[in-house]
Amino acid sequence: MIDRETVLHVARLARLELTEEEVERMTGELDGVLEHIERIAQLDLEGVAPTSHVVEVANALREDEPEPCLPRERVLESAPAVLDDGFAVPSPQA
Amino acid sequence: MTPAALELTASQAAAAISRGELDPLELFELYRERAATDRLGAFTWVADVAPQPSGGPLGGVPLAVKDLFCTAGVPSQAGSRILEGYCPPYTATVVERLAAAGAPLLAKTNQDEFAMGSSNENSAFGPVRNPWDRTRVPGGSSGGSAAAVAAGLAPWAIGTDTGGSIRQPAALCGIVGLKPTYGACSRYGMIAFASSLDQAGPLTRDVSDAALLLSQMVGARDPRDSTSLDFPEPITLPRRTDLQGVRLGVPSELSGDGIEPGVLGAFQATLELARQLGASVEPCALPHAPDALAAYYVLAPAECSSNLARFDGVRFGYRAPDAADLTTMYTRTRHDGFGTEVKRRIMLGTYALSSGYYDAYYGRAQRVRTKIADDFASAFARFDFVVMPTAPGVAFELGAKTADPLAMYLNDFCTVPASLAGIPAMSIPNGLASPPGGGTPLPVGFQLAGPAFSENRMLEVAFALEQALGFDGSAVRE
Repeated sequence: MIDRETVLHVARLARLELTEEEVERMTGELDGVLEHIERIAQLDLEGVAPTSHVVEVANALREDEPEPCLPRERVLESAPAVLDDGFAVPSPQA
Repeated sequence: MTPAALELTASQAAAAISRGELDPLELFELYRERAATDRLGAFTWVADVAPQPSGGPLGGVPLAVKDLFCTAGVPSQAGSRILEGYCPPYTATVVERLAAAGAPLLAKTNQDEFAMGSSNENSAFGPVRNPWDRTRVPGGSSGGSAAAVAAGLAPWAIGTDTGGSIRQPAALCGIVGLKPTYGACSRYGMIAFASSLDQAGPLTRDVSDAALLLSQMVGARDPRDSTSLDFPEPITLPRRTDLQGVRLGVPSELSGDGIEPGVLGAFQATLELARQLGASVEPCALPHAPDALAAYYVLAPAECSSNLARFDGVRFGYRAPDAADLTTMYTRTRHDGFGTEVKRRIMLGTYALSSGYYDAYYGRAQRVRTKIADDFASAFARFDFVVMPTAPGVAFELGAKTADPLAMYLNDFCTVPASLAGIPAMSIPNGLASPPGGGTPLPVGFQLAGPAFSENRMLEVAFALEQALGFDGSAVRE
């Protein structure tokens, strides 16, 4: 059962601000979806290995050779705020 | 040149260009003008000028590209407000490969935000409408690509499929959509949703076009995507006209309960046609297929909650103004920038990955995934392909399912199992059916799923069925 406190806790973990109305709605909706998801709790999965990549692959390694990267000014073009040669953000301690 | 050029399939246009009967620049211009008349909401950007033709096997036939593929200097917004106006500094590998092979960028297509949705109603840039009935959805999340191709606004398109996002809109719009084997196409430059599932693929007017486009999307593995794979053989153009010796398995779990009668009717008729062409059609079992949706709605949101952490207002995209401190800037940016469905999935995924729940949700879902892959492996010991409807129903009305997330998720019921198994699957149009309440008949999709890297054989079977079905995908024009 998802309650209001859980929704607020998860929103904090996800760095997501929610309005009062969103908290309300999310509580009910997540409950409904989780109820469907609960069906996998009923399955016997003892000894079953987890799958991440379904085609068997070993480590994908390559030589550690330097390659040109994007020019700094090209990357900073997309930034909402720039200070000197970097991304500008509000102070963490304000 | 007459607008008759617009009636050609992409393969036909490429052939006409190579014979010198069609000028690729004029074709581009014709499509550019046509794309500019779009009233379906299919496009988020249309090219101003035709690029210089590069030659190559795709002949210069212009391509529509789902918004979430990064295209250098061209808006790549993944249907999201948080990326509004974002023009990336680099281009996705598959877009680069297709352009080099002679498919220049015509337009970017609308989509559900970050590919989360089955109706294309979750885009920050408005919904896409189905060209067969504009009061209905085109499916999603590659709804803009599907609608554009079905309406003849673009010769062909690419999209991405995480749990059905190519196949389901292809079915609802009456076109062909193919999700390749996971790893066959590079994900480099695709704005990520669920990394272990996301796969690029073609949306086209017919099976030959799908084969031609796919042939230039796969190949050598991309050093920039460590999960990409060498495709073991070139993709060839299909020619097969019979199905002698082809063994088709029909999973009862995905072809009965919850499927609209009209869709089931078309499905049964296509099975009968396959028999007439020489195929054997027998029941098969995918006992864990009914659990696939539950596993998917743990895995995909969990991976999305992690992938979307990068949208924090620091390096690109939207930033909420006037935040006094860093955390407030993050939380407010994400509040303003993400739409409802994206927030819902971030919450679901963050919950599933949070302390104390990881094993119960993500860990278990990954084990269910193994069971589903094992089910398919057992089926492929006896059958060449597993076949089922692509979507449980025909296109539904705009707004019909937006209030109930679970009802929307159920659209993916027939497509998610192959996604979790990482195997190739495609949808071809196999007729029209009336919606449950009656009304104008709408397209239905027939889905084939095969073992990893069986794309060539699957395209052959799809081609034989397509020829026998005689579905006229070019019938609809805006």
